[in-house]
Amino acid sequence: MNRLSPFNVVSLTFGFAFLYLPMLILVIYSFNKSKLVTVWAGFSTKWYGELLRNEAFLDAAWVTLKVAIISSSIATVLGTMAAYTLVRGGRFFGRTLFSGMIYAPLVMPEVITGLSLLLLFIGIGMDRGVMTIVLAHTTFSMCFVSVVVSSRLATFDKSLEEAALDLGASPLQAFRLVTLPIIAPAVVAGWLLAFTLSLDDLVIASFATGPSATTLPMKIWSSVRLGVSPEINALSSILIGLVSIGVICASLASKRHTLRIQREEREAERAV
Amino acid sequence: MKRAVLIAVPYFWLLALFMIPFLIVFKISLSDAALAIPPYMPTMKEGLGAMLSQLDFENFIFLTEDDLYWKAYLSSLKIAFISTVFTFLVGYPIAYAMARAPTQWRATLMMLIILPFWTSFLIRVYAWVGILSTEGLLNRFLMWIGIISDPLIILNTSTAVYIGIVYTYVPFMILPIYAALERLDESLIEAAEDLGCSRMKAFWLITVPLSKGGIIAGCFLVFIPALGEFVIPSLLGGSGTLMIGKVLFEEFFSNRDWPVASAVAVILLIILIIPIILFQRNEQRQQEAEE
Repeated sequence: MNRLSPFNVVSLTFGFAFLYLPMLILVIYSFNKSKLVTVWAGFSTKWYGELLRNEAFLDAAWVTLKVAIISSSIATVLGTMAAYTLVRGGRFFGRTLFSGMIYAPLVMPEVITGLSLLLLFIGIGMDRGVMTIVLAHTTFSMCFVSVVVSSRLATFDKSLEEAALDLGASPLQAFRLVTLPIIAPAVVAGWLLAFTLSLDDLVIASFATGPSATTLPMKIWSSVRLGVSPEINALSSILIGLVSIGVICASLASKRHTLRIQREEREAERAV
Repeated sequence: MKRAVLIAVPYFWLLALFMIPFLIVFKISLSDAALAIPPYMPTMKEGLGAMLSQLDFENFIFLTEDDLYWKAYLSSLKIAFISTVFTFLVGYPIAYAMARAPTQWRATLMMLIILPFWTSFLIRVYAWVGILSTEGLLNRFLMWIGIISDPLIILNTSTAVYIGIVYTYVPFMILPIYAALERLDESLIEAAEDLGCSRMKAFWLITVPLSKGGIIAGCFLVFIPALGEFVIPSLLGGSGTLMIGKVLFEEFFSNRDWPVASAVAVILLIILIIPIILFQRNEQRQQEAEE
C-alpha cells in the first residue's frame, strides 16, 4: 500500500481547509448572537427563528422549489430523449446542429443565455413569472441531463436491446424493460443535477422572471449586496446542511448498489 | 414515426428556446435604441424587407469607440487568465495528492471535492465577504497574530475576485487532472528512478507530460466560465473591477440599452469561440489516445 509523503499530506490538508473553512465559518457565525457578523457574542439560534418568520424568504423558497421540481422533471425527460437520439438515433437531418445545441448551453455564459431568453419572452409577449423561469431552467438543464445520460448509454452493451427486440419486444417495451433499468442511475443523477442547477441559478432566473415571481437566490442576492447579514448565514447553513445530507446519502446508496452488483456478479460466476 | 417524435420534441424545444433567442440577440445588436416598447427599432411590424434594410453595425462601432468596453473585455481576459493560473497552482497539488492516496480513501476524497460543487454557488461566494472585509475574520486574525497592524483592503479589489474564482472553480481543475493522474502507470516513474532520475526530474519528465491532457481540460473548464462571470465580480470586486459579464448586466438592467447589451453579448461569444474550439480539440485528442 502506498503511503502519502509529507508534501502530499500538506497539500491535502491545506486544500480541504481552503475548500471547507469558509463554509464552516459561515455555519458557525449563523449561531452568533450579535448582529455584527464578525464579532462573536455568544451562541444563539435566534436568526433561524427570524428566518422562519420571514414571509418573503419562505415565499421565495417555495417558488424556487416549485421551479426546480417542475423544470428538472421536464429536463430529465427531454434530456433522456435527446441522449437516446444522439447515441442510438443514427443519422437524421440536422444532427450536427442538434448536438451543437446540446453542448453549447454547457459553456454559454449565463448572462448571454438569460439575455437571449428574456428578449424572446418579450418578443412573443409572454407574461414573465414562474412559467418563464421553468422554461429557461428546463432549456439549459436538459443539456446537462443529456450529457450525463448519453455517457451511460454509450458504454452499455447495445446487444441487450437488440436481443429484446429479437425476442419480440416492441421498441417501447425494449426501452422500458431493458434500457431504462440500465441507464436509471444516470437518469437519477441527471435529475439531481438539473434540480440543483435550478435551485442555484441566479443570473438566468433574474433575466427570465417578471415582477410576479422571486426565487430564493434572487432574494439572497438582493440582501447580500447590502453586506453580510446573520439571517443569510442561517439560510446558507440550512442549505449547506441539506445538500451535505443529500450528497452523503446518495454516495452511500451508490456504494451499496455497487457492492450488491459485485456480489451478484460473483454469485453468477460461481453458478456458471 | 415514433422515432420522428423522439427526435422532434427535444430538437424543437432547443430550436425555440436556444437558437431563436440567439438570433434575436443578434438582430437586436444590429438595431438602434429607441424610446418605445420594446426599446429598439426597427421591429418586425414594418415588414421583413424594411426591417433588414435598417440594420447596421453602429453598435459594434460604438463599442470600439468607447474605451469602457475595450477595457472591460481586456480586464475580463486578464482576470480569467490570471485566476486560471492560480487555480492550477492550487488544484494540481491537491489532484496529485489524491491520486497518490491509498485506494480506499479515493472515493471519499472525490466526494469531498464534489460536495462543494452541489452547494449554492452564490453562498460559496458570499462566504468570502465576511472573511475578506476590512473588519473581516482574515484581517482580525492577521492583526491578532501581529503580522499586520492596519487592516488590508482586499474586498472590492481584483484580489478578492481572484480568490473567489479560485475557490469556486478549483473542483473543475482538480477533477480532470485527478482523472489523468489516476490512470498514470506508476511503474513508469519507478523505471525512471531506476534509470537514475531524481524524484523531481521524474516528476517533470513523466508525470507532468502524461497529465497534460487533464491540465489543459481543467484550465479551459476554469477559463471559459470565468470570462463571462457575473456573480463573483459583482459581489467581491466592487465598482473598481471591470468584467464584461457585469457590464452586460448593468447595460441591460440599469441603462436599459438593449441594442448595446446585445452587441456586448455577441462580441463576448465571438471571443469565447476560440477557447471552446481548443477545448473540444483537446477532448477529442484525449479520446483518440484512449482508443
